[in-house]
Amino acid sequence: MEPLLALDGLIAGWSQPVVGPVSLSLGAGDIVGLWGANGCGKSTLFAAVAGQARVFAGRVERAPGLTLAMQTQVPVRLAPLPVTGRELLGVAGADAAGLPPTLAAAAAQRLDRISGGQHQLLSIWAALAGAARLVLLDEPTNNLDPLHTALLGDLLAARRQDRAVLLVSHERAFLDAHCTRVLEIQPWC
Amino acid sequence: MVLSELFDPLFRLALIDGLLLAAVLPVLGAVLMLRDEWLAALGFAHLAAAGALLGLAFGLPAVAGGVAAAGAAAIAKGAGGGQGNAVYGFMILGGWAALLLIGANTEVGEQLGRALIDGQLYFAGPADLIAAALLGGMTALILPWLMPRLLRARLLPQHDAANGYPVRRWQLGFDLLAAAGMAIGTASMGLMAAFALVLVPAWIAFRSAPSWRWTLAGSAALGVVGYLVSFAAALALDQPFGPMLVAVLLVLAGGYAAVARGPAA
Repeated sequence: MEPLLALDGLIAGWSQPVVGPVSLSLGAGDIVGLWGANGCGKSTLFAAVAGQARVFAGRVERAPGLTLAMQTQVPVRLAPLPVTGRELLGVAGADAAGLPPTLAAAAAQRLDRISGGQHQLLSIWAALAGAARLVLLDEPTNNLDPLHTALLGDLLAARRQDRAVLLVSHERAFLDAHCTRVLEIQPWC
Repeated sequence: MVLSELFDPLFRLALIDGLLLAAVLPVLGAVLMLRDEWLAALGFAHLAAAGALLGLAFGLPAVAGGVAAAGAAAIAKGAGGGQGNAVYGFMILGGWAALLLIGANTEVGEQLGRALIDGQLYFAGPADLIAAALLGGMTALILPWLMPRLLRARLLPQHDAANGYPVRRWQLGFDLLAAAGMAIGTASMGLMAAFALVLVPAWIAFRSAPSWRWTLAGSAALGVVGYLVSFAAALALDQPFGPMLVAVLLVLAGGYAAVARGPAA
């Protein structure tokens, strides 16, 4: 089966190389975790996959017509922001049906009146419940207390088989519990 | 007496022209506030006023010169990729200097420049009404398509960037609409009145509305109510319209702030 994403000897960075070389292949149904120490270039690797960082060597190959959804470490939190969670999901093209009850209640409220953790989970749901076939989650456990971290695990467990998830985290235990594969990332040297 | 003056045929054209603007400008203001670019309205208005005066000097309708100048500013901003209020600060300074220099050195003179700054809606002509109707039509046509894209670009910018969507083109489309709105508003009711319609209703709605849909509806409703009260009060009290509209909208904002703060302990 054709991979959705393939990295071949990728070395990526900004003004100079930060991470790599990295090689991996991601197919439908995969949840791959990228793990490494702070500053090893996990987020830079993500940015390279999303076409936002500079590729110094190697290749990033996306399946033709592949659509991406991407959740960043910190969601855009404006104050005041009179946009509800449901409206956020609407503009992301994400289906609100199936939201866990705690998130469904938060989704009815303005984003500036819910907690950082609830906002984070709604952003993750916006990425997971849309039409994108490759979902990039950057440090999704940030801002989450143990209860919400468990909820995030449930959201990932209810994954679709036609989609792949690439997940960056510095929490090894979370990756081991919820990913089908974990890859250790090394900084470029 | 006030109501009868509201429906006086002498002022009917001005009333309808202003009503259209009072419904549309606050909606554009809400989007500008979402993008944290509400100062754009004042930048576009200053350049539109300078363009209107330059147009008049060459025998063009004020609204045509204003739309051309503000539109050119929106395109220049888009081409430069510069977003943020610093760009609009430069627009304000440039527009202000050009407005006064053109006024001082052309036959149309300082008085017309003053009129664009102060605003006097009752002298709005058919060209102003047609322009306001076109603005209303364009907004109704374009904004429903543009709105979800603008919201996503603001709240989930990484989605659009990762998929290579033409975000800058969408932003330019809205900038042109906002520039046209400010130019038409400035030509009809003056610079500060048009700016107040963009800023104040959206400011109140942003703090009070339960959702984005209600923010847009509330902004338009507040704009229309504030406008009608100002129109009637300016006629009844024989006061200039522009400052009256600004004053009424500020009273609405102050009233909201007082209610939101609640009773003192």
